[in-house]
Order: sequence, then C-alpha cells, then structure tokens
Amino acid sequence: MATNTLRAEHRIGPSAVAAGAARLPNVIRSEWTKLWSVRATVWTLLAMLVVTVGLSALFASTAATSTDPAMEHMRRDPTGTSLAGISLGQIVIVVLGVMSISTEYTSGSIRTSLIAVPRRLTLLGAKALVLAPVALVTGTVTSFAAFFVGQALLATGGINADLSDPQVLRAVVGGGLFLAGNALFGFALGAVLRSTASGITVAVAVLKILPELVAQLPGTLGDWAQKGFTSNAGQQILQVTPPADRLGPWTGYLVFTIWWVVILAIAAVLMRRRDA
Amino acid sequence: MIEVHHLTKRFGDTLAVDDLSFTVRPGRVTGFLGPNGAGKSTTMRMILGLDRPTAGFARVNGRSFAASPAPLREVGALLDARAVQGGRSAQHHLLSLAQSNGIPRQRVPEVLELVGLAAVAKRRIGGFSLGMLQRLGIAAALLGDPQVLIFDEPVNGLDPEGILWIRNLMRGLAAQGRTVFVSSHLMSEMAQTADQLIVIGRGRLLADVSMREFIARSATNRVRVRTPQGAALARVLGERGVGVTERDGYLELDGMSSTQVGDLAAAHHITIYELIEEQASLEAAFMEMTRESVEYQASAGDAATPAA
Repeated sequence: MATNTLRAEHRIGPSAVAAGAARLPNVIRSEWTKLWSVRATVWTLLAMLVVTVGLSALFASTAATSTDPAMEHMRRDPTGTSLAGISLGQIVIVVLGVMSISTEYTSGSIRTSLIAVPRRLTLLGAKALVLAPVALVTGTVTSFAAFFVGQALLATGGINADLSDPQVLRAVVGGGLFLAGNALFGFALGAVLRSTASGITVAVAVLKILPELVAQLPGTLGDWAQKGFTSNAGQQILQVTPPADRLGPWTGYLVFTIWWVVILAIAAVLMRRRDA
Repeated sequence: MIEVHHLTKRFGDTLAVDDLSFTVRPGRVTGFLGPNGAGKSTTMRMILGLDRPTAGFARVNGRSFAASPAPLREVGALLDARAVQGGRSAQHHLLSLAQSNGIPRQRVPEVLELVGLAAVAKRRIGGFSLGMLQRLGIAAALLGDPQVLIFDEPVNGLDPEGILWIRNLMRGLAAQGRTVFVSSHLMSEMAQTADQLIVIGRGRLLADVSMREFIARSATNRVRVRTPQGAALARVLGERGVGVTERDGYLELDGMSSTQVGDLAAAHHITIYELIEEQASLEAAFMEMTRESVEYQASAGDAATPAA
C-alpha cells in the first residue's frame, strides 16, 4: 500500500469528470442513495409494517371471538378495528422522519452535505421529496396489509368489512396518507430541532401525548384542540364514519397537513439563517 | 483562488474572527497557522458558506462559494473527518456526494483507489480508524477534481506514513496549479509542506508571509558561552553593543556569531570552556509570534501581557 499511496499525487486527475451541477434532480438522486444506504431505513419501515399489522391482528382476533360488551364498538367498526395498529405504526414512521434529517446534525455530516449542496433549501427540499413517496408507498402497503389481515380474522366472527363498502376504501387509503403525513411531521421537527433525541421526544409528545391532553382543556379551547390539534385532526381520515363533533376526514387531514407544512416552513427559514 | 475580505465572526461576546483579510493563491500550498481557538476552522467554515460572517465576505474563484453551480468541482474540503454517518459504506458515502453534483459514478472507485481505501470500499464507515476517515475525507474532497482544496488539520491522528502521504499529496496538488489551503496548529508540520504562511491569533491576522521569508526572519542565532571570566567577557561584548544575559551558568547573547565571540575572547585572553551556537527553531518563532494571542494558556508565572 505504501508505494501505491505515495505515488498517489501522479494520478489525481480523473479519467473523466463531466459537467454536472448541484441541481434538484441530482440532489434527489443523492438523497435517495443516502436514505437506502443505511440499514436503519429498511429496519424501521419493516418495524412499522410489523407493529401495525400485528396490533391490528390482535384487535381483530379479539373482536372476532369476544362476546364482551366492552368490545362491541370494535365489532361494529371492523375497518377501524383492522386499522387500529396504525396508532403504533405512527410512532415508528415519525422516528424515521425525524432521523432522516437529525442524523446529519448529530453526526456532523450536514457540513459535508452543505459543502456539496450549499443551497440549503435545495438540500432540505430534496430530503423531503425523497422521504414523502417512500413513506406514502410503505404507509399505504402497511395500511392495506393491516386491513386485509384484520378482515380475514374478523371474518371468522362474521363481522368483516369490504373495500367496496361505503367510505372503507377512503379510510384504508387514508391510513397510508396519515402515515406519510407523520413521516413529514417528524422530518419537519427534526429539521427544526437538529437532534435525534429531542426530535423524537417532541414529535411523540406533539403527535401522541398532547392530542389527548389538550382535548381535556375546558371550554372552546378544548373543543378546538379536540378537533384540530395534530393527530386529533389527522386521524379523522381513518374513520369510516367520523364522529359529528370532529372534523370531516379530508378537512381533518388538511388541518394535519397544515401543521407540518408550517413547521417545515419554520425549519426552512431557520436552515437558511443558522450556521451549520 | 480564495479571497477573504474583512471577515468577522462574533459568537455572543466572543470575537472568533476579527477583520481578517488575505488571499490564497493557486500553485502553492498555503499554510493557515494559529494556536487552538485562533479562529482557523471558523474562517474555513465561512469561506465554505457554512457559517454566516458577522461582517466581511469570502470569495472562491471570484464569487461566493454558495453561488457555485457545481460546488464539488469548485472546492474540495475536508473539515472534520469524523463527521460522517457510520452506518453507510465508504462507496455509498462517496456515491451520494458524487450524485449530488452530477459527478459520474466511475469517479468513486477512482478516488477510493487514489487514497488507498479500495479494499474497504464496501465496509461500513463506522468501523474505520481515524487515519482511514482522513483518507475517506480526502477522497471526498478530490471527487469533483476541484481547483481549490481546503483541509482543516488533515494530519491529526495520522501515523507517520499517513502524514508523509498527505504532505506529498498536497505538494502534488499545488504543483498541478491548484490552490491548496491547509490549517494546522503545528509549525513543524507546515515547515515541511507550505510555501506561504498565514498566521492568525485570536481571530486576527498576525502574518502573511512566504515560508522562506518566515524562516529568514525568525532565524535569530543565539550564542551560549561558558567561561570563568564572565564579567570580563560581558564588558568586552558590551563595548561592541552586544548585551548578555546569564542563565544556568552560561552567558547568552544575540547578534554575534560563535566565531566572532571566540575571536573576541582570544584577543582579550579570556578563557572559554564551551561555545555553543543555537538556531532558534521555527516552532519557537511561531510560538513567540502567537504568544500573546493564545486562547487557553497554561498558568505560567510569566503570563503574557494582554495583546495590544
């Protein structure tokens, strides 16, 4: 190796470094490589699938066989029962969303990334544009898998739903949309907080813990929070028949989207201003 | 070509870089020297658009680096070799960088071969030693075949073979007409690599000189004499305008060669037991230059007076 490397300076010139530039399509290609070249990505997506389908299957098999009156609401809403695992899969994909940007900051590799792509919004945009379709495709697969496995189990109790039933297809597609939205929610928070630990903590608090807590607030503030606070709004797209006192499925999903878009906009402003 | 104009960076109450101006020219290795905390890394980050200057600006090849359409073809930089994601293989790390600038993927095995990492291309970076990480960082810097190279303390953590390799690499890059800007806190390292020296302390420019000039300027010879007739020798030297100091039983003096001192002593029948001529090291000259601007100084009795 020694003789090899000591002669290195004679071979610095490349065979051919053709013209190219740090434009968005190139940066998207780069981010695609980054996402799939760490094992954590595949493992996290598999974990989302497994916990979502697993929890849904547990609920479905319990609902199919139980005669407990407390389970009655699950038997009356077979679609909702088969999608119940999404509330757990949500946490997993939020973690993926946070980490798809926070690891650049915790490792310090963001500096290398920004030397290659000094236009910061191009880098941020490319990351989001790679994460979004990956989360949407895997989220949709997960949602459909949970639905079909759940319905197969509920069928043993004769209480299964069908995709052709009113609003059912929208709810199952909504499961994929909801998971994708959570990935981007986590991504936006990760970009603002620039730390994996605080990103995940804040994301779980904002998406899983606070929605239940703030709904308990008294008066109109509580009503508003129950309707519009993050997951409270986003989850309506999973409901076959949304409760009358909540937002409609698409309105709820729109409000949920506005939440992460605003946070992502804040991240964009901060990213342009802050030292890397 | 790198141009830095009145560059200033303030972090809260700390002035990390203070009205710094210099030019780094192609075809030579320019050493960027200063004690730890002098502002070298901050200056490099501002040149690369990572940190926003409080005042002033930096230009690479005549424009702001952030405005470059293909940044990796313009500048290759190694700032912190450890700042990589350990879960990725070396080749994927380089491939993602190449893709971001539209550099053909054949270039990845090429630079891996160049830095001697071809055998570990598929291994995860997490298991690399610091020396391997430095080589990987240099591979990344060379990806786009850039005309300007910026290395922040590249020999840190390298074994002697690695240090020699980097030194030859930098000299080779400069010989090809590229601009090579390399920081270090060790004068001894720069003395063997750099053609030009930019010395800073506490964020301020202390010197911007050629290596040759720096050596000439700092090569003050010191003569040490051991004699039983110290007072007599001191008087004779004093008559010729040369002052002496006594230390550890030796008389020390500047401004006269050992030959001159020997002749003078013989002419006055002064016995001499020992006559030593010492050349001040470049390291000592550098430390003298930056003495007043060292950020974290050991609490010696003769603490430096505050910088003017």
